[in-house]
Order: sequence, then C-alpha cells, then structure tokens
Amino acid sequence: MINRTKMPELNPNIRKNNFSEVALGFDIKQVKLEASRCLDCKNPRCVTACPVNIDIPLFIKQILDDKFEDAYCTIYHDNILPGICGRVCPQETQCEGACVLGIKYESVSIGALERFLGDYSLENNILKKENIIENHKKIAIVGSGPAGLACAAAIRRLGYITDVYEALHEFGGVLKYGIPEFRLPKSIVDTEIKRLEKLGVNFYKNVIIGKTLTIDQLFKEYDYKAVFIGSGAGLPSSLGIKGENLNGVYYANEFLTRVNLMRANNFPLSATPIKIGKTVAVVGGGNVAMDAARTAKRLGAENVYIVYRRNMEALPARLEEVHHAIDEGIIFKLLLNPVEIIGEAYEIKKVRCQVMVLGEKDASGRQRPVPTDEYQIIDVDNLIIAIGQSPNPIIKKATPNLKVDDWGRVVVDDYQTSIPGVFAGGDIVTGAATVILAMGAGKDSAQRIDKYIKTLE
Amino acid sequence: MYEIIEKKELNKDVDLFVIKAPLAAKNTQPGNFLIVRVDKDGERIPLTIVENDEENITIISQKVGFSTKMLSNKNIGDSLEDVVGPLGLPAKIKKVKTLVAVAGGVGAAPLYPQLKAYANQGTKIDLIIGAQDKDHLILLDKFKSFCENVYIATDDGSLGTKGFVTNVLESLLEKKIYDLAVAIGPLIMMKNVVTMNKKYNLPTDVSLNPIMIDGTGMCGNCRVSINGKTYFACVDGPDFDSEGIDFDELMERQRYYKSEEHICNLRLGDNND
Repeated sequence: MINRTKMPELNPNIRKNNFSEVALGFDIKQVKLEASRCLDCKNPRCVTACPVNIDIPLFIKQILDDKFEDAYCTIYHDNILPGICGRVCPQETQCEGACVLGIKYESVSIGALERFLGDYSLENNILKKENIIENHKKIAIVGSGPAGLACAAAIRRLGYITDVYEALHEFGGVLKYGIPEFRLPKSIVDTEIKRLEKLGVNFYKNVIIGKTLTIDQLFKEYDYKAVFIGSGAGLPSSLGIKGENLNGVYYANEFLTRVNLMRANNFPLSATPIKIGKTVAVVGGGNVAMDAARTAKRLGAENVYIVYRRNMEALPARLEEVHHAIDEGIIFKLLLNPVEIIGEAYEIKKVRCQVMVLGEKDASGRQRPVPTDEYQIIDVDNLIIAIGQSPNPIIKKATPNLKVDDWGRVVVDDYQTSIPGVFAGGDIVTGAATVILAMGAGKDSAQRIDKYIKTLE
Repeated sequence: MYEIIEKKELNKDVDLFVIKAPLAAKNTQPGNFLIVRVDKDGERIPLTIVENDEENITIISQKVGFSTKMLSNKNIGDSLEDVVGPLGLPAKIKKVKTLVAVAGGVGAAPLYPQLKAYANQGTKIDLIIGAQDKDHLILLDKFKSFCENVYIATDDGSLGTKGFVTNVLESLLEKKIYDLAVAIGPLIMMKNVVTMNKKYNLPTDVSLNPIMIDGTGMCGNCRVSINGKTYFACVDGPDFDSEGIDFDELMERQRYYKSEEHICNLRLGDNND
C-alpha cells in the first residue's frame, strides 16, 4: 500500500507572520495518486460516517476517470460547499475515521480530495445546471451561515422564492466572522455566495430577525409561507471569574470578529483596531481556541499559550489544527484552570490558574480534571476566552412562543419548532457544533419545509 | 446603500443626518440605536436613533474619532455603506409624574426620544442641559417645546449658569422632589449625577455607550459590570438603572483604543489629538 499523500503546507516560519492559507491543497497528480488508494469497499463505511452521506467512492472513481466535473457534481448533490467542507470538516472523526484503510494503514485523504474538487469547480467556474420550476412561494431564511446557505440552496432548487436575511454586513456567518483567513480564505466564501445568487437565492444584509423584522412580520407583512432559523451559536460563554471585564481580556468572538470580519490585521487601512501584547493566553482547547492562538501569533504576540484544564489527548480541537498550532510555536499549558484574572488600573496583568490532575472518566469518555491545592500565576498582556458559544437569544427574546430549552437551544421535532411554519437547524438547535452538521440540518430542513408547504394546499 | 437625505451642521463638532433606511425605521422605539458603517473599510459605529418616520431615521453624530469624522465628511446625496437596526432594548418609560433629566453635550441626542416619550404620557419634565459653550447646546428648541423648565449650564458661561450640570442639579434637588432622573452624557457626568442623586434618594436611569462591534450580543466587547454581574450594553441596554454600575471600569474600557484612535486620525492629517 502506498503512503497517504501529505498535504503541502506553508512553512511555519513564514506563515506565522501572515494570514495566507496554511494548507495548500493537492495538485492533479497528488489527487490521482491519493484517489488510487481507495479500496472501493462494497459497504463503504465512509459514506455512513459522513453527516450528509456523500457518495465518496463514486466521486473518487470519477476522479480516477478524469471526470472532475462529474466528481464535483457527485459531492454537490449532498453538499453545496465542498471547497469549504474540504477545509473545515473534522474528517478524522467522520469519513476518514471510518475508512477501512485506516485500520492497517492510513485512511484515504478524503477531505483533501473534496477540497480539490471544490476549488476545481470555483477555478473552472463549473456550475451544475439546474432546471428550477418556479412555484412563486416565498421562504425566509434567517442567517447566512452554513445552515442557512445549505437550506437556501436546497429550498431554491425546489422552486421557492428564497430570501436570506443576514444580521451582519457580510454574508457567511461563522465562515466570515469566526474562521480565520489562514484556514478558510474569505474569497472562497464570497464566490460560493455569488454562485447561490446565480441560482436565484436573494441575499439581504443588515436585517436582524427579531429586531429589524419579527418572525410575525415575515408571515403577516411579507407573505412568507415558512421561515427557517439558522442563526447559529453566537453568544460567548464566560469563565465567571474575577477580572473578566478588565481591559485586555477578550472573548474569542470579539477577538476573531475584529480580525476576520473587520480586518483589524490591516489597521489602520481598516478602521477597526485590535490590541495585542507580547504574551497572550487563550483559555480553551477547541478549534476556536486554536484559531484565536494562531491569530494572536500572526498579529505579533511573541508568547502565545493555550491554557486548558485537561491533557493534550482530550483537546477537542482537530488534530490538524493542534499540529499547526504547535508548528507555529504555540505553547500548551495543560491541566490548568483559570480562577482569577489579576489587573492593575483596570488592565490585565496576570492570570491565576488552579493546577488540575486527571481523575475518573466522565460522560465524554475523557478523564475528568480534578482541582488540586496548587496554583500557578502566569504573566500575560491579553487573555482570550474561547470556552464555547451558545445560541444567540435575539430571536427567542422577540418571539415569546418559540420554545427553547434550558440552554437556549430552539426545541424542534423533525426541524419543526413550536410555531407552525417556523423551522430551525444548525447550532441554534444543537448548540455549537460543526459546519457540516449545520449544513446537513439546513439541507434536510428544506425537504421538511417543502412537505409542510404541500400540506397547506 | 443608505442615502443621506438631509444634513445639518448643529455646530462645528456635531452633525445631524437624516438617512433613508426604511427597514431600520420600521420597528424603531425610543432608546433603540443603529450601527452604521460609513464605507467598506469602516468601523461599525453605534448611534442612537433620535427620530424616525416610516422611511427615514435621524442620527446625531459628534466628530470624536476617525470614523465619526469620516461620517461628517458625507453630504446630502451620499450614501452610507451599512445601516442596521433598531438595536438594543427600547428605553423603559416608567409611569412617573415628575422627572429631572440631565443632558451632557451630545448626550442630548439619545435623551431626546426618551424625554419625548415621557412628555407624551404626561410626565412633567425639568431638563438641565449642559455643554462646553452655547454653540454646543443641541436640540434646545425641541426640548423647550415639551419640557416644563429648561436649565442651561455651560463650561464657559456663554449661556445659562457657568459650571457643571451637577451644580444646577443640586440647587434643584434642594428645593424640589422628583420621582425619577434620567441622565445621558459623558460617563464622568453620569457618574457624578448618579452620586449626587443618591444623596437625595433619587433613582437615576442612564444610557451607556461602550465600544461595540456587532451590536447583537455576539462579541461581548460592550460588557458592563452592574452589581458585580456582567451585562452586554448592546442587547441588555443601552439604558440601565444606574444602581450599581461600575462607571470607573467603563471609563477605562472606553479608553482602551485611545492610541489606535490617534494612529487612525493621522490618516486624516489630523495631529491635534
């Protein structure tokens, strides 16, 4: 068996000073070589493990036959954004994690193949020809993130007038404000949105559903037959410790939004500033924490720490992101739990952490961090809190009869919320999860909405 | 794009704009604000909606930094890149019979829609309005049309009492009893008004304007400590009962990007600040 083809990457010493994409993608030769490793299993476990069940063996076969356009269309059938998912999906726990080759050797690099096809279609402007039969019924989509985009594409293809409402001034949701340029170039998101416009999806920026327009107004004044809520998990979780409001303490959302959406890395050409000191600690161990740490490094911080209360093995971030962070010189300070942020004149100076040890396994299957009597004080100029996000409460607050659970997640039964004609999917329902799960929910909701509309007739 | 259909220079530092933004105007209530981006590289600037009709919204902006100076360079017929709103919770218009209001500088702008709502429900209002000099007093005629009494304080004494609004406030509180106070202006003014009113057991509502980005509760930049608990001014405010607000922390948070503001201003050839 030939070895798995390694994704070429930008040199860490160069990339830690810029925002260029780190993973460079395969060329045609590498794609063909990697595709040839697929065993074309009779019962492809990769397809089952994919949240949207892409016919992976089929598109790999099409690659081997040089039918790149067909291969792209195979993915597009189930996933409208292969260029994006090829980059940000946690393939190691999904398709690649299930790949039979991985048992004895290394799994096929399915994500890299998907990314290649996505980029190939963008570069060669391949668009699947769609014959849309118009039905002149209006559907409103709330949010232009992964769930909203996937729902919009699917509902538009069924013939509906599809209007997407976005609260911010750019489209893409978390793909724009959350995920950094070096992991997902913004031009890819913009091109994908343009393609959806060509499909006939209408996009409206600066409209906050729940403020600018209420759900009730969408139905009564704008004649929408159904509404899909995909407004994501935008509310940052706080540590709930002393000193959190000191200057120099950021939530990851603010820190990343300043850079990704407002382009503070181009300050003063972009008018939004960002302040980063010599030593930065990021609290948390997920992908957002890795994004924040690597962004801090690129903004010029000399020492960047990940402060995490469990061990290296328990980090929820993708392995690839952890490796990229290590390569770029991010230092992992593990088994530490921040208990107090210490400042002077309202500015952060130190963070006091409790030393943890690993105990019994908890519900997540990981060893529970148990506090000790020991403490460590770390001198820092900035602290970035990246311990999770929960659903944005704006729609709930404006829509009293919309049922949510104790965590603010919209309660659904097969995507249908407590309000007839209002559907929801993605992080607003599940809490912070992955791009592909949100896309899968958006796509499936479209079918559910169509079924609902047909019952109205 | 959002067209500017009217512009008035209220004084050398403050402009009034009427902007065509029918969607933002639609659901606006007193106390709501907008986020405006002047151009495609612009910051998101929060500004209170002073007035609105079906189609248009009125904002008042003081040239304090780079982005507000960029806004001031725009004229009738020009368009703004982004306008989004209405944001924040509407002001709680409490059922009170008498009210003393305090406006400091451009704080008169966010105060105006609230006071009008109070006047509309029959509350008797005494207003103390302060500014550096008589040119910087804004909306004076509008306030006079519905306030019982309007007291003026200027730093230089060019109109009304020479001195701070708190001096005028103290003399009023010595002889009159009010049900409620509403104070909007610079943080230091609001802090001093709140401290003063406490001596007279007078509850005070204030409107806060910390640094914001998205304005939808996503980034957490605008956090405010009230009685040790954290609130986001963009979604929990911007109007708050002043009881327990940590004004000192807020003042420091507002100053965090002062040196960056200076760098940005250099782009305008402005070396003065």
